Amino acid sequence: MKRLLLHLLATLAVAVMALPLLLMLMNSLKGATEAQQGFMALPREPSFAAWQEAWARLSGSFAVSLMLAIPAVLLSAGLAALNGFVLCKYRFRGERWVGLLLVLAFFLPIKVYLLPLAITMARLGLDRSLGLLITIHVIYSLPLALFFRNHFLAFPDELLQAARLDGAGFWHLLWRVVLPLSRPIFVVVLILQFTTIWNEYLFGLVFGPEDARPITAALAQLSAQTETGARAYPLEMAAALLAAAPTLVVYLLAGRHFTRGLVAGAVKG
Amino acid sequence: MSERRTAMACLIPLLLIGAVFFYGFLLWTGWLSLTRSNMLPSSEFVGLQQYERLMLDPRWQAALWNLLRFGLGFVVLPLLIGLGLALLLDQQLRGEGLLRWVWLHPMALSMVVTGSAWRWLMDPEQGLAEAIRGWGWTVFRWDWLAQEDMAVYALVVAAVWQISGFVMALFLAGLRGIDESMLQAARLDGARGWRLLCRIILPQLGPSLFSALLVLLPAAIKTFDLVVVLTEGGPGQASELPAFYMFQMAFERSRLGLGSASAMVLVMMVLSIALPYAVARSRRRPAA
Repeated sequence: MKRLLLHLLATLAVAVMALPLLLMLMNSLKGATEAQQGFMALPREPSFAAWQEAWARLSGSFAVSLMLAIPAVLLSAGLAALNGFVLCKYRFRGERWVGLLLVLAFFLPIKVYLLPLAITMARLGLDRSLGLLITIHVIYSLPLALFFRNHFLAFPDELLQAARLDGAGFWHLLWRVVLPLSRPIFVVVLILQFTTIWNEYLFGLVFGPEDARPITAALAQLSAQTETGARAYPLEMAAALLAAAPTLVVYLLAGRHFTRGLVAGAVKG
Repeated sequence: MSERRTAMACLIPLLLIGAVFFYGFLLWTGWLSLTRSNMLPSSEFVGLQQYERLMLDPRWQAALWNLLRFGLGFVVLPLLIGLGLALLLDQQLRGEGLLRWVWLHPMALSMVVTGSAWRWLMDPEQGLAEAIRGWGWTVFRWDWLAQEDMAVYALVVAAVWQISGFVMALFLAGLRGIDESMLQAARLDGARGWRLLCRIILPQLGPSLFSALLVLLPAAIKTFDLVVVLTEGGPGQASELPAFYMFQMAFERSRLGLGSASAMVLVMMVLSIALPYAVARSRRRPAA
């Protein structure tokens, strides 16, 4: 009896949590007129018109977001591994301060950097561009090194010593000894970074190329445009699902790592 | 080059870049907040005048008050829901993987997507309210998005949906870490149900609670995207939060000094939470 109650409760919680996404999916398959009739009603004649229009409007931004996220994620993860390794395995003066400032940098709201960034950009005469946006994302991902540093704490120094005796230099140690044993943490960081950068809004809005904004900015613009009158929700919901699809797929495929990454990295943003 | 020198040659340029972009720019923002900067950056020092203007601005005061209301809901509700879901999931239910997946999936979504979805769900004319009216409760109204004093709670609803699963994951990790022999011993002593929960299990979840607060409090202070997409700060300016005010002043209104002052207040709020943690952490692990 008690077990039954618990299962009922769990099912109820599942229904409540899943409802928004299910309703979005359901209503994105309705025609514009059908949507205004019944919100909970199943689409009588499922149509992909809304999806087609969403794709027509957002496919450019979807591509921009991919071209942004993939290089930014790979670069920032690579630099984080490099820095994390050096921070963990080499002693230097002031390393405690560096550690403290990195942890704090993790928490600082990156929004406050918009103003100095924008002023610097104007003074240097830089235009909004994808390259600029990638650079900014990579720079503000530097505290990610903490993930690798903490991971490498458990890395046996004897392995490094043995390789050094064989004459291995820094790059050999990193490439051949350390990185091959860092796959789990790489997976966590890659997933976390992809989710963060794909979902980022403000930097993309301010520094992304004006004619080709990342998908979050494009989606926000699309919903702001349909302000007046009866809103075209099927289109909006199809667009929102389109923007959500890549991170949802990543989550579906690698949910466990994703959770671990989020639990470890949730303080960033 | 020796191995060590190569390592330092890699690290130092990146640390310098980080120092400039994180801390140099922070100092710059701090400096701007002490000048007469308005449309353009100015270097005329005016002391704390911008902060004085900020504190006297009713719009900023309202944003702080809204943050308090938003933050309360955004912290307390996910803690309760997350704890409840974690305890539920810890009962060896069938389909645990699926339950966990469904409860956590909103974390994969951006605040922009979350905001779009909930703006529709909470649309007084076309959203869930309409569905409930359609089921026969014809006078039902749910129009928080249209009401000045309730719009902040509309933000809470969407944000809580997005983050509760994550808090659940934190608590679940804590629950799974509790020593089984301790639970056994408590059961032998006759502790059951509520007693077992309150006396034995909850006290063990301190670290999870701490992590959750360390995530939720800064996240509340930083909330911006959701406001833009869900309420645009409205109706009127009724649901503006400090980060939204900061962006408005710095970018839409071109009041750089005031925007910088509000940015510095945001930083100080976050630091008041993060600094004790960061210092404690760097003490605890001095060598690395």
